[in-house]
Amino acid sequence: MSLLHYDFMQNALAAGVLAGIACGVVGTYVVVRRMVFISGGLSHATFGGIGLAYYLGFDPLLGALIFAVGGAMGIGTAAQRTRLSEDTAIGVLWASGMALGVVFVGLASGYAPDLFSYLFGNILTVRAGELLTMLALDAIIVIIVVAFYKEFLAISFDEEFARVEGMPSRVLDLLLLGLVALTIVTVIRVVGIVLVIALLTIPPAIARYYTTSLSRMMLLSVAIGICLSVAGLFLSYVLDIASGATIILLGSAVLLCVLLVRRMRAAANAKA
Amino acid sequence: MRRRNGDNLNANGEVLTLSHVSFNYGETPVLEDVSLSVQKGDFLGVIGPNGGGKSTLLKLMLGLLQPSRGSVEVCGQAPEHSSQHMGYVPQHTSFDRHFPINVWDVVMTGRLSRSHLLRRYSSEDKAKARDALATVAIEALAHRPIGELSGGQQQRALIARALVRDPSILLLDEAMAAVDPSGQEEMYRLLDELRKRMTIVMVSHNLSAISTYVDKVACLNQRLYYHGSKEISEEDIQAAYGCPVQLLAHGTPHRVLRKHE
Repeated sequence: MSLLHYDFMQNALAAGVLAGIACGVVGTYVVVRRMVFISGGLSHATFGGIGLAYYLGFDPLLGALIFAVGGAMGIGTAAQRTRLSEDTAIGVLWASGMALGVVFVGLASGYAPDLFSYLFGNILTVRAGELLTMLALDAIIVIIVVAFYKEFLAISFDEEFARVEGMPSRVLDLLLLGLVALTIVTVIRVVGIVLVIALLTIPPAIARYYTTSLSRMMLLSVAIGICLSVAGLFLSYVLDIASGATIILLGSAVLLCVLLVRRMRAAANAKA
Repeated sequence: MRRRNGDNLNANGEVLTLSHVSFNYGETPVLEDVSLSVQKGDFLGVIGPNGGGKSTLLKLMLGLLQPSRGSVEVCGQAPEHSSQHMGYVPQHTSFDRHFPINVWDVVMTGRLSRSHLLRRYSSEDKAKARDALATVAIEALAHRPIGELSGGQQQRALIARALVRDPSILLLDEAMAAVDPSGQEEMYRLLDELRKRMTIVMVSHNLSAISTYVDKVACLNQRLYYHGSKEISEEDIQAAYGCPVQLLAHGTPHRVLRKHE
């Protein structure tokens, strides 16, 4: 495997593993709590932050982080405090974030290098410094999930009951949204803001069929996410196609196979 | 059975009091001038048609909603400060059947509270969960995924989750809806057992849910028809349901059945 001697390949592998961890853990909540749309809204809104970073000349990932966390807190609070329905608020956030990004990128005169890679990801260009950021975000995510595991389980399973118990469900809700925001930033360089939702949802969607507890679903999702990222990376390198899109298409294909196998088994059982 | 929650009862033994409570969703009135007093040890059945405000009534008692007018008191306090007294058993459709969780973990979530944040479950928590599972007779199902259980078993798991809180009041929302007819008698026997330890309020749209075990009946359709007893007149039922309903004594005394849907 002489490929592994290249620095960029080692970085790409590490990025795939780190993305798999964040997506497996947080994606499990996204799937069981049906937060897919809000995750899509947040990830697209980060384009505003990326554009702003281009315009003002700072690290685009920092811009993305500010917009993702800000958007998460904004949408969470808006949904709790105003009569605007949540999906409307998400739709507005989604589109206006993208629009803001387009405006900022336009204002930043001249050529915007690797803008495309923020939209659709490019795991082969992840830099060592970005790996450190990803590692730090992964650590924060895992620590918070371990600390609040039973609380997140309670509000995910039955939020109303948790409120009756006097649990601070709104704060926990916001914290969980914050984790989604951190995850989005973690995986932007791997699959890009447009494809983030797929990496958040495909591994848990597969894992759900083979697990009966939230913690095992997380662990299996992490394993699936890492396998998909790494396999997608090699496939894209060999075929010379975009890495982010390859990872996602591979994941979709695996999910489809799982569904087909389950359907065939169910049909066989029905006959027997 | 330790009764640490029985301290705040007032002189009359009232554990739950609603005084002239009204509630509107926007412009739409849901409850109008509802007054109700539940005594310690009561087993109250609240019946009424769907959309008659039964779930709203429960949510007001639990402090999930605030009345537009009037006041709610639980053991002499506002509902949001008396959550430790309340055992809430929502409809069994209140959760996702495919959620990856087993019965034990569902019941354990009943031990959570604001003061329990960031703490691990203690051996006391686990003992309470074992007791509660034994009380509702589903110990053997503790490690089964909740979605694999029958409707009646799921209902029992939700009751166990409420019981681990040592509540002094148990609120049940359509507790019989998921239970098949043969299991209902058994479920009533369970509730009859529980009422020795706590006050029970059960709401249902089904008139036949009022069995021999319920000892007080209220009829709710925006307004509450209640005489502090098991007697409800035909006029009350008609007023609540907005159509003539025939009451039938059906072997068991005081069992009432609707004539038509």
